[in-house]
Amino acid sequence: MAGSILAFLTPERRAVVEPRVTSLASEAWRRFRRHRLALFGGVVLATLAAVLVVGPLIYRTPMNEIDFKAKLRGPTLAHPLGTDDLGQDLLARILYGGRISLAVGLVAMLIALTLGVLIGATAGYAGGFVDHLLMRITDLCLSLPQLPLLLLIIYLFRDFVRRAFGPEAGIFFLIVAVIGGLRWMRVARLVRAQFLSLREQDFVQAARGLGAPARRQIVRHILPNAFGPVIVAASLDVAAAIIAESTLSFLGLGFPPDIPTWGRILFDAKDTLDHAPHWAIFPGTAIFLTVLSINYVGDGLRDALDPRRVLPS
Amino acid sequence: MPKYVLRRVLISIPVLVGISIVLFSVLALAPGDPFEELATNANVPPEVAQRLRAQFGLDDPLPVRYVRWLTALARGDWGFSFQSRMNVDQLILQRLPVSLFVLGSAYLLALALALPIGILSAVRPYSIFDQIATTLAFIGFSLPTFFTGLLFILVFSIWLDWLPFIYRADIDATGWRWLAEHARQAIMPVAVLGLFEGATLTRFVRTSVLEVIRLDYVNTARAKGLSEARTIGKHVVRNALIPVVTVVALQCPTIFAGAVVTEQIFRVPGIGSLLIAAILASDTPVVLAITFVYSVLVVAFNLIADVIYGWLDPRISYA
Repeated sequence: MAGSILAFLTPERRAVVEPRVTSLASEAWRRFRRHRLALFGGVVLATLAAVLVVGPLIYRTPMNEIDFKAKLRGPTLAHPLGTDDLGQDLLARILYGGRISLAVGLVAMLIALTLGVLIGATAGYAGGFVDHLLMRITDLCLSLPQLPLLLLIIYLFRDFVRRAFGPEAGIFFLIVAVIGGLRWMRVARLVRAQFLSLREQDFVQAARGLGAPARRQIVRHILPNAFGPVIVAASLDVAAAIIAESTLSFLGLGFPPDIPTWGRILFDAKDTLDHAPHWAIFPGTAIFLTVLSINYVGDGLRDALDPRRVLPS
Repeated sequence: MPKYVLRRVLISIPVLVGISIVLFSVLALAPGDPFEELATNANVPPEVAQRLRAQFGLDDPLPVRYVRWLTALARGDWGFSFQSRMNVDQLILQRLPVSLFVLGSAYLLALALALPIGILSAVRPYSIFDQIATTLAFIGFSLPTFFTGLLFILVFSIWLDWLPFIYRADIDATGWRWLAEHARQAIMPVAVLGLFEGATLTRFVRTSVLEVIRLDYVNTARAKGLSEARTIGKHVVRNALIPVVTVVALQCPTIFAGAVVTEQIFRVPGIGSLLIAAILASDTPVVLAITFVYSVLVVAFNLIADVIYGWLDPRISYA
């Protein structure tokens, strides 16, 4: 509430306080807080993450205990979110699947971010032929049909990775690598655009004039200034990656059946919608809430980190 | 203008070649023999398997294989689907119209929602209407299509029993009833896809109009005494739509992903559900061909967007 503290000060005293020293981070935080839904999304997201991390430690019902007598039950005391067609506890499965979904989202985002920053920075700093070539590749990747290509790659490589790294880790690495590898283009374009304008600014020229090598110019001077829009894009990439993984699993082509990611649970549940709707509704809502919160946080970050953005007064 | 269009068409050829190289590399890098299924499948006569192997030239060096594959593709020789027991190009041509119909209707629905809502939101930013619309848009594009699809089936087919949840190509009726039945079964797939896309577009339309509406020339138009409707309709929207067209084209890969999912949920007999079926049956020629068809569609949509862009934006020179 920095604004209201200033509000009751008289004009004279205000003049004394006026040259407020605000760091970039505190200014960003001030702007982020004004976006109430973003703040709310952040809280929901933090709660979800905490529940997914701590939940399985407290909630000890095993996720793969088969009990045909209790199959397809709605929520009961023994099974707070009901059971699936094998009588397995849904809450335990959703808690487990959520960890994987979030991990896929985060790791895929990191891969996309790394690739995007590397390619965008190279293109933006080098310019000329390298820039031209890299941007053509970026454009090409942007016009690739993501999901069909994702399906094609997973179809061709899944047996290989399964043999090489085991069923769970292998599919995880494959999915994360492919999703991340198909999502770096937006970040690369953003970083390149920032580099092109920042490269010629006085402070970078000064650093160059003082003899800073290219690496120092990039890492110390340009990159930190280019980070605002990149963080926003990265946060939205987490949501997109979670949806991509869920989509794959929902189509029956993601994680194997014994690894209940949220999309996989939906895939299994879709044929019994008429008499066990809870089986689909709970994991679906989990995906929806996660993605919605991330999108709101991303929107809040955009308000916070884009200085040109005009906020309502 | 024709020259501009022609140049755009010529530019998209290298893109298609690039995409074909990507697809081919994926196939070539894949471990194992992607056609081993052929050898073991009893449905496939050995000579067909042999011809396929020869067509994909599995024992030649990579560049030779690529050129041979590309020329076969360009000639329309797309291989044989052992799952459906027919040529791949025929199979795809059979399935494509349904997909295009669902996609096209969904895009129209999306635009019909996004344009008015986005413009109204931007004209009165942070009003009640804007806040409701923005919230709904956020919910709309945070709901993945596979979940919306299931929810729609649950509500409209199971609870209310209004709409069929399986899309059938062979409706045994004629005349108006046939048309009505088709429309009825298309409602849910089109709505699922259109609402998702509409939600995304609404946000872009709103942002884009907001950016234009603050400019000086808009004030000039008002000062000249133009009515608000004319100012917005003629002066603001036309300029605001220019970036939106680009976004619509860039959204293509996303909406195709949604289309695959939607076709799968409602069992729409289009190329999306065919792709999934082909993957589950390890029908490699079909999988490759459909992925390529989707690429062609993306490039085609980008091309159309470029042409519309040129028409909307007088600053682009056709020379």
